[in-house]
Amino acid sequence: MIWKGWPELGFDRHSRRYSRITWLLFAGCYLSLVGCRQESKTGGLATTNNVESIRIGEFSSLTGPLAGLGQYTHMGVQLALEEINAAGGLEGRPFEVLAEDTGSKAGTAAPLVRKLIARDHVVALIGEGASGRCLEGAYVAQGAGIPLVSPAATDPQVTAVGDCIFRVCYTDPFQGTVMAKFAREQLKAKRIGLLVDASSSYSVGLVDFFKKRLLADGGEVAGEQRYNAGDKDFRAQLTALKATHPEAIFAPCYFGDAGLILRQARELGLTTPMLGGDGWEAPELVEIAGLAAEGALFPVHFSVSSTVESSRHFVEQFTQRFHKPPTGVSALGYDTMKLIADSIRRAGSTDKTAVREALRSTKNWTGVTGVLTLDEERNARKPATIVRVEQGRLVFVTIVEP
Amino acid sequence: MPSWLNRSQLLLMATLAVVGIAQSLSGRLDSYILSVAMGVGINIILASSLNLINGFTGQFSLGHAGFMAVGAYTAAVLTGRLAPQWSPLFGGQVFLLFPAALIVGGIVAALAGALVGAPSLRLKGDYLAIVTLGFGEIIKVIFQNLEFVGGAKGLNGIPDYSNLLWVFGTAAITVYTVWALLNSSYGRGFLAVADDEIAAEAMGLNTTRYKMVAFVVGAFFAGIAGGLFAHLNNSINPSGFDFNKSIEIVVMVILGGMGRHIGVILAAILLTVLTEMLREFGDYRMVIYSVLLILLMLTRPQGLFIWPTRKAARRQNA
Repeated sequence: MIWKGWPELGFDRHSRRYSRITWLLFAGCYLSLVGCRQESKTGGLATTNNVESIRIGEFSSLTGPLAGLGQYTHMGVQLALEEINAAGGLEGRPFEVLAEDTGSKAGTAAPLVRKLIARDHVVALIGEGASGRCLEGAYVAQGAGIPLVSPAATDPQVTAVGDCIFRVCYTDPFQGTVMAKFAREQLKAKRIGLLVDASSSYSVGLVDFFKKRLLADGGEVAGEQRYNAGDKDFRAQLTALKATHPEAIFAPCYFGDAGLILRQARELGLTTPMLGGDGWEAPELVEIAGLAAEGALFPVHFSVSSTVESSRHFVEQFTQRFHKPPTGVSALGYDTMKLIADSIRRAGSTDKTAVREALRSTKNWTGVTGVLTLDEERNARKPATIVRVEQGRLVFVTIVEP
Repeated sequence: MPSWLNRSQLLLMATLAVVGIAQSLSGRLDSYILSVAMGVGINIILASSLNLINGFTGQFSLGHAGFMAVGAYTAAVLTGRLAPQWSPLFGGQVFLLFPAALIVGGIVAALAGALVGAPSLRLKGDYLAIVTLGFGEIIKVIFQNLEFVGGAKGLNGIPDYSNLLWVFGTAAITVYTVWALLNSSYGRGFLAVADDEIAAEAMGLNTTRYKMVAFVVGAFFAGIAGGLFAHLNNSINPSGFDFNKSIEIVVMVILGGMGRHIGVILAAILLTVLTEMLREFGDYRMVIYSVLLILLMLTRPQGLFIWPTRKAARRQNA
């Protein structure tokens, strides 16, 4: 018996009842559950009791490998929410955000979105930043006719789901194209090596469009190597790429992989410029890669070193509220929440069709990530900023227009 | 009672009738409750079919999510991508097309089960667990690299054909099949293999064949569950059928009590509803879930829903 040293725990077969310690443990569990529950209820937002709040649902990766993405987005949303409510909400009606966690796992988003719509009766949804899960939720939202705005899902398929799905960021085709254009025109690189996370729709999508533009501009693919999510050792792929003598390497992925790739590339003596996608943007990139991150180039949605007044104000407010600087997705989360609130105001009601129409007619709307217009395909049109890592900081390089 | 029906068959018919009535009334339920209920049904199918392999036959398979993926992808491709070529066969009728797609999905999964089973079922214990674990991962990676089914992006926009009738109808048939199989004279062989493989072999049983049948039948129903899952969630992604998904199903079987019909069904219901109810606790959810599992395993290592069967009680009294 494993539990000889603690014989009273468990169900006693002879007396046919649970021992006292077991009951105590059960009781302790129950109490801690009740405790958590109250905390989550009051720890949320202060809502005035007599006025019904306007409910917005949010589903994002608050835990798991992409928690960095989800948490920073959520903080942006929260900051926007607090500002809106401090300014009186919508004619005295406060907004409320119900956040659900997808745990960075596939197959979790659809039931969550169903819950937010059917149970919580949300007016609009803030989508997951990762394209895969956003797509899962998008079909449900479209089916129910509830408008969904994604802060950072860049896959073109997402808004193609239907007329209820919007986004405030640019798309994979645009990002891939911009990086190819940048590599050809600014870096004058011709032969480019590609490193793809074959298990990530984001990585595969970016590389597809990068290749298309690169070949059209007279460049060539020096070599293409694949890996799968969870891999920690990229030396085999990097060595193979090194043997093809590329002038630059394009490796769109999320920051965790990127940090390791940068590090191992430098260890192998690869000195070519390393290009990435917007998924590279997180403080963790420099933390993981250290000095190897120097010189890395990637597009961002928002540059913290921006000198535009509204952006500076956002960075100040964010840093004050959360005691750390925002990332690009925080700014996108902030803009998403503000855009939804503004659309509900413009619609003059919380009716889902009216809100959808108001979102669709968004033109030259000024957010902290720039002036955006939602086009026919419900994608945001706005310029991309390219940054370089210098001494651990992101330094503005250039702006590439759509 | 008609003479050609025994009690368990009557029970199956009654369940199917109840499910039919529930389906006709389901319009009144909100869609969240419906989707949780269907999730419960799908997990009952998965857990019962795995119970045949892990519980009754005593083999340790960790690849159930892999079979589920095969069925899910096959069925989804048939009702989606290949619908133009395939649906005229059924006059475009969903109520014929969908079960046909599910069954084909199940058959393909069963073939995959046979393919994996043939070489690996000669292995025992830990070795079998490792092979099936590897199989699950291989399936995942294959789907991630198959551009035809969307690769890493997964397959999206699958029509939502799953409803209470299909899900619980299939669940009832699964439970009945596993039950009937084990209570047939042929099926006693499964229990013999689980009890003592060497003794069973000495008695002239072809143990590899028994293991194979358990594996193929289990994989067939896992494939059907996958098809139902795909048409419930509207989208499937290879990374959703990973090792963790297999473990989830194994936990249901262990918690319900290996080789217990009702216990495993109850565990499937409990664990599905529990994960939904714990959503309220936000970030603490996974912590609470794991603590509950540890507590249950400490207090009820033999399984949560186990009580002496009539036969065992009789044996004790005698």
